[in-house]
Parts: sequence; C-alpha cells; structure tokens
Amino acid sequence: MSNFTKKQVSDLVKGSLDWDTLHMMLSMPKDKERYANYMSVLQDQVSWDDKIIMAFGPHLYLAETTADKSLVTKCSCGHDFGDYRSNWKLNALVYVRDDEEKMQEVYPKLMAPDTNWQVYREYYCPTCGVMHDIEAPTPWYPVIHDFQPDIPALFDWLDLPAPVNA
Amino acid sequence: MTIQEKINGAGTRPASLLPSGLTLNDHRNLILKRTEETGHYNGLETLEFKESDPIGYERIFSKLRAGLVNSREVAKKIAASPIVEQEGELCFTLYNVAGDCIATSTGIIIHVGTMGAAIKYMIQNNWESNPGINPGDMFTNNDCQIGNVHPCDIATIVPIFHEGNLIGWVGGVTHVIDVGAVGPGSMSNGQIQRFGDGVQITCRKTGVNDTPLRDWLHESQRNVRTPKYWILDEKTRIAGCHMIRDLVEETVREEGIEAYERFATEVIEDGRRGLVSRIKAMTIPGKIKTVAFVDVPYAHEDVAVPSPFAKVDTIMHAPCEITVKPDATWRLDFEGCSRWGWHTYNANPVAFTSGIWVMMTQSLVPTERINDGARYATEFRLPKGTWTNPDDRRTAHADAWHFLVSSWSSLWRGISRTYFGRGYLEEVNAGNSNPCNWLQGGGINQEGEIHAVNSFETAACGTGACAVKDGLNHAAAIWNPEGDMGDIEIWELAEPLLYMGRTIKTNTGGYGKYRGGLGFETLRMVWGSADWTMFFMGNGYMNSDWGLMGGYPAATGYRFEAHNTGLLERISEGKSLPLGKDRDPGQCELEKHLGPDAQVKRDKQCITTEAIFENGDLYLNYLRGGPGFGDPLDRDIADVENDLNQNFVLPAFAEKVYGVVISQDKDGAWSVDSEKTVLQRGNIRQARIARGTPTRQWMESERQRIIDKDASVQVQQMFASSFYLSERFLNEFKTFWDLPASWELKEEELGIPMFGAKHHMDLSELPDVHPVIMTEQ
Repeated sequence: MSNFTKKQVSDLVKGSLDWDTLHMMLSMPKDKERYANYMSVLQDQVSWDDKIIMAFGPHLYLAETTADKSLVTKCSCGHDFGDYRSNWKLNALVYVRDDEEKMQEVYPKLMAPDTNWQVYREYYCPTCGVMHDIEAPTPWYPVIHDFQPDIPALFDWLDLPAPVNA
Repeated sequence: MTIQEKINGAGTRPASLLPSGLTLNDHRNLILKRTEETGHYNGLETLEFKESDPIGYERIFSKLRAGLVNSREVAKKIAASPIVEQEGELCFTLYNVAGDCIATSTGIIIHVGTMGAAIKYMIQNNWESNPGINPGDMFTNNDCQIGNVHPCDIATIVPIFHEGNLIGWVGGVTHVIDVGAVGPGSMSNGQIQRFGDGVQITCRKTGVNDTPLRDWLHESQRNVRTPKYWILDEKTRIAGCHMIRDLVEETVREEGIEAYERFATEVIEDGRRGLVSRIKAMTIPGKIKTVAFVDVPYAHEDVAVPSPFAKVDTIMHAPCEITVKPDATWRLDFEGCSRWGWHTYNANPVAFTSGIWVMMTQSLVPTERINDGARYATEFRLPKGTWTNPDDRRTAHADAWHFLVSSWSSLWRGISRTYFGRGYLEEVNAGNSNPCNWLQGGGINQEGEIHAVNSFETAACGTGACAVKDGLNHAAAIWNPEGDMGDIEIWELAEPLLYMGRTIKTNTGGYGKYRGGLGFETLRMVWGSADWTMFFMGNGYMNSDWGLMGGYPAATGYRFEAHNTGLLERISEGKSLPLGKDRDPGQCELEKHLGPDAQVKRDKQCITTEAIFENGDLYLNYLRGGPGFGDPLDRDIADVENDLNQNFVLPAFAEKVYGVVISQDKDGAWSVDSEKTVLQRGNIRQARIARGTPTRQWMESERQRIIDKDASVQVQQMFASSFYLSERFLNEFKTFWDLPASWELKEEELGIPMFGAKHHMDLSELPDVHPVIMTEQ
C-alpha cells in the first residue's frame, strides 16, 4: 500500500498532481489514510468551521456543525442545504432547459436532446450560484436523491469514531 | 441461482464424466448449495492451497492467464474480419467443470459470463446424455435466450478431459460481421423479433474429434452474408480453444490434477474476496440511486419494420438502486425498468450482469484476476418482463449493447460518487459515451460479392471526464477496454466507402471543470458498389450519459446523409469537395460542396433502417463524446483557450458555458482575458441565481403537468410501462409528486399498439427447456 502526503492529495484535488504520482495512485492498492488527508485539504479550502465529513461534489460537502454536531449538506460558500439525510436538491434552485431555445444556449443545433423526450435540470446554490449537479431525465421524472451514505458503516471501515449524530 | 433438481432423460444417462460419479448437474448443484450456505464459493472458508503453497498457486494462475492472453493474440491473426483482427473483438475464457470462470484473456470480457451461461445450460439440460460430451467435441452457441449478448457473438466451447474425466471447459468468442439477420451487419435494425435476428445456434455440437462437422460448415456458411469472414472467425475460435486446452493439459502434467482442480475452485473464492476487499477499500457504504434512458424513435418514416405494432416511439428506462452493504458486498436492483420491446435492443440478464465487469475491471477491480468470483459477491435484481429480462421468447437482441451501455453509464456515476466522497478522485469517471453511431449496411461490394459491414470505428469514442482530468478524446468504448478506431486503409478495403475526411468532432465532449473526451467524425462516400444500402444506429433525441457533479452530458447525435450529390461531376470538374469537419451542424457546411440537386437528410433521427445509397452518396459517421465533470465555470482558463485553438469547442459555447471572454488574433489564434473572465463568471453565477426557481416551487408546476397528463406519448408510455411492471416504482412516483390516490396512467390511454404488454410466452414454457437463472427476478 502506498502512502501519499497531504500536499500530494492537495495537488490531486487541485488537478495539478504530476502524472507519475497520479498513475501510482491509480495502479497501487488504495491508501486508507487518504480520507483523513482529503478531509484536511477540503477543510483548508472553506472559510467556515463546521467539520467536513465527506464530499458530495467539488463544492458540496457533508459537514458536522460546530453548534450542535448535526450533520448537514453544505456548499463551499457556506450555504446550508439542511439535514444530510434529505435530498439537498429540494433546497436548491433549479433551472430546467425544457425547450429548444434553452437547449441551444448550451449545445449547437441538432446536438442537444429534443425536449419532448428529455430535459436538463440544473441545480444551483441559492447563495453563490455554483452549479452542483445536472440531471438529464424525461419530463415528470422525480428529483433523484443520488446518494445516502451509511456513515456509521463507513467509519467502521475507516477504523475511526463515527460522528455522534450519524 | 437455479438449482435444477430433476433433469429429463436422467434414466438414460451415460457413465459419469466425473470421478465422483455425480452428474454434471448434481456437481454444480452441490457447489451452489455450499456457496449459499456459507457465503463462500463452494463452501471454501479458507484458501488452503493458496495459503499453504502460494508460489504454486500463483504459478498456475500466471501460466493460465498468460496462455489465455497469448492464445487470443495468436488466434486473432487467423481472422480476416477487421472487427476481430483490427478491433480485437474476441476473447477466450477458461472454466471449471461447473461452468464458472477461472480466468480470462483480454478483449471483450463480457463473455466471461455469457459462455459460462451456455456451459451451465448444457449442464442443466443434460447435454451429457444427449448429444453427449466427449473429448474432441466442439459446441457452438450464440443464443441470446441462453445469455448471449447478441447473435453476432459466436462462441465455440470445448470440453477439457484428463484421463477420461471432465476437468473444465474453454470458450472462445468472436464478433462476426454478419449473422444473416433481416438487416445486414452484425448489430442491425429492421427485424423486431428473434425470427429475423439472424442464425441462432443453441449449444449445438458442431465438431467431433477436433474436426468441425460437415453439415455444420455447409449450413452455417450459407446462412450468413459473409461466409469467408465467418469461416475464418470459426478457425480463430477453434485454434484459440485448442491452444488453451493444450495449455491446461500441460499444466496438469506439471502441477498434478489435484493441484489444478483445487486451484480451479479456490481461484473463484479468491476472486469473490477480491471484489469485497476492493469495495471496502474504495467505496462508501450506503444507497445510490441513478437512472438512464434511451430513445427508440420508431414512428419515423425512415424506420421500416415488418409489423405495424412496432411503429411506435418509446423510451428505455433503467433506474438502479445500488446498495453497498456494511459487509462490503453489494446489490444492484433495477426495479422500475421499462418493458422489453419490438426492436433489437433487448438484453438477457446474463448479458447485463456479465457486462458490468467490463466496466468494473476499468475501475473497481482493475486486475487480471477477473473471474466468476466477483459475480458471487454481487446480488443482481433484474425484474422479469423488463427490457433486460424479457418474459417473451420472441425478443430480438441484435443491438442489445444500445440499451446495456446506456444503463451502465449511470452506474459509473453512481459508484464514482463513493470514490469521490472518500478522496479517490483518480478513480472517478463521469460515465461512458453511448458508443455509436454504428455504420452498417450491405449489398454487393467493390469486389462484386455479397457483403455486409459494421464499422467498428465506434470502438474509439470519447471517454467520460475524471475528477482530476479531462476524458480521453476518440479513445475507447465501454464494451472493449482496448479501444481502437482502426486504420482507414483497412476499412476502405473492407467497405465500399471512401474516406472524405476523419476528424475530431467539435463540441461533443460534455462541458465541465473537466470535460468529457471528444468523439470524432468520418465522412464516407460510397464508391465501387453495385447495390448498396446503409442505415444509422445511435442516440439522437436523448442522451444516455448525464455528466457528474455539475458537468454536462455529452452532445447528442444527429444524422447526415446525402444522395444525388453531384460529387462525381464535381471531382471531374475540380470543384471543392466536402471533407468532413461538420463542426457546427446548424451551419450546414457539407452542403456547400454538393451539387444543386442533392437530397440531404440532416436531422435527429439517428436510428434508421436500410436506405439505398448510390456511388457518390455521403454518410457522416459521428462517433460520440463522453460526459463532463464539475461546474464548467471552474474550468481552467488555459484549458478553455486550448479547447478553442484545437477546435474542441465552438467560440459561442466557450463564452456561454465556460464564461470566458475571448478574442482572436489576425492568425486566427484565440486567447482568453483572465481578468474579464473572472468578472464574467461572477456575472453568470448571479444570472443563474436570478433565473433559478426554488426546487419545491418548480415541483408544484411539474406536478400539475403530471395531473394534466401533459407530456409526449413516448414519455407517458415509458412511465406506464414501468408502472405496470412495478408497483413499487408507481408508489414512489406518486409519493414524490404527492399525487391523488386515484391518479393512474395506463398504456391503454395512449392510443398506441400494445403487443406484448399483456400477452406473452416465456422460453421456460417450452417443453424440456430449463433456462439458467443467475439473478433475482
């Protein structure tokens, strides 16, 4: 098993890691310490103090609040999407590309879906406007709750104490 | 897992093929029972051989694995088909007596499972009694109702004996150019039932004493359009199987039969443990929900099918709930899938479950040790009656890949969320492109011979973006980890189609912080044929990939074909010619170089059936790009500048999607203004906030559309089909949208044909047929 430094993990997150190290990360057995390094790197990137437990996206985290240790989904800007067990998308802004004109804002003519078949739903942070996700379903499709992690089981795998409210 | 207690003809069974005296079926049943009772393959709670003699264990594995790869590399040189020889569409796999895979070669490793299913079918249906299983026998299978992906994957299966006892099997598969379906080409359209899907061979004994039977050779060659390729493909498979059989015999001589047989069981338990270990090391336990769709636009006038009930627009629906369990096994449940249909995209459960390992070997289990152990660590649930577990024996499967690869794209997204969450960003993949278009057709070729083609340029589409880098351009296809677009010169030998151009396809990679890999396009002019047809096969109205964590899906497909082009006259007159580079399809660049009477079809109808093409006609083969990762406004400015200067993105979309402020110098080079771009990106984020609607508020309006039944017929048909098959999906849908208890949606309301919806007949209803069932259904 390989071990990687926090600096290397930081470079990985930034997309600037050298290819040789990246290739080693790909080809060698996974480093269990990655989790701690990764959380530390992510924590350094945000201006708030709530403790990051997991990343849901480049700007979206599961965090344990300092106030009451509750677990929430949180944007890098600090916007709180609420309890991590509920679908954060329901507390986001959505913009639906549901006609040809809206589709052609993002793809040339003939290279976007026909909105009688499929739409794009863009989910934005209400505070900073970052785009956290795009769904591409048919009309009518329920908003998808992408991921519901089993936090106690993960921390058991990591041999770390689980957050108290997991 | 089926445990077949009684088999017909048991009273006439010959002497056992095993030293235990058991029938093959009883032997397999014992393994299944021990596995079920203990959770370990064949009850192996310890790996005694591996632990007591690790070098001996590894020596056997290395010898077998190297021999499998070597046999594939040698045997493929026998083939003349560019699909096999250029693209490597072949694979060899070694099985134990029970038909469970021990090790496999490189190549189209989906057939680890499909050939294993064929062996299990022979075991379960008492082939040892009739037609008998003897040294020197060969069996051929391509039956999709046994587990094959599509009829063009022909498998040769050879039993391996030692001192009169069966000790295993070897299977070899090649993707042949044509199987004599209604439509020419290996993955054709036009037929809508098995009865037009080409020759179907059900584990037939096709050789004895290491020699193909004469009746088989005569019959099989005249049932296909391309007999030369067919027979050389068969020689390829036989040669590879016999090389591997020799290798096993040599291994037994060197290591002893006891060591070999212990290895042949332990290695599968070892594979099962390997997957569990990787799941625990890389993923996050919990539930992941994901979904994929595929458009089936059959109402269009350019889709000619023999039966009126197939002339409907429908949508394939593949929702999946992945549960990663605390014990690091996992379950994939496809509750809610839509019904099978009257087209060639249906899939057998084995094709689905076996195919998953093609993608998982590229991330979760990137090891040469892929075998059936991974399947034993995975629970699959594929509900009966859906497109991936049809309950009707009439279904066609020629292009099962069309649905399969689309549904798998969503699995990349799902599992990548867990890699990303723990910090293994290097493993994240936003998905795979839907690898298409499939250029297919046939007629009389430039050699004056009956011919069929399927261009495997598709083996080099764009890949999905990673969380640390862009996807690869024109590089791979999900079904073959060794993607290759093939040499132009070889395709021109194989097809009566000249290359007018082959170039990277602008704007095809999904946008994102890291963009999807770009596809490419080739413009082909028909030349030298006598009578020739072609058709299109790909996605157009919909995307099956989505993009991940703020990245966009890749571009969808479109169709361009041109007839009566005047090109032959323009060539003789030295006028300009269309040379590909259809960078912005709205600008109709190619049409500027055609004669005034040209008839052009430029639209989103990306599935068609045979159309006549004369010499000089044009066909644009557009191979798709991959989906993107992350918010495009986070893309490095220098990378966008490079995209512009390489024609990877059109300037208008660099400005609108990537938010860059750009200018072009007198030599045409683009540059990005960093300071202005930072401001512009801030403006775009504010514009998003201004145009966005709180999701719960938007849900109110969407709910009203559902109550008003305001959606296209194909969307409603998809939901109605899934609701009929899955009460759970219906209830979840109604709960999410808070619909009245009385709300319902039935296909009967839609005014479209419903053949197969209510009345069907499963393969298991045939007399003396015991299908192999390896998934929960």
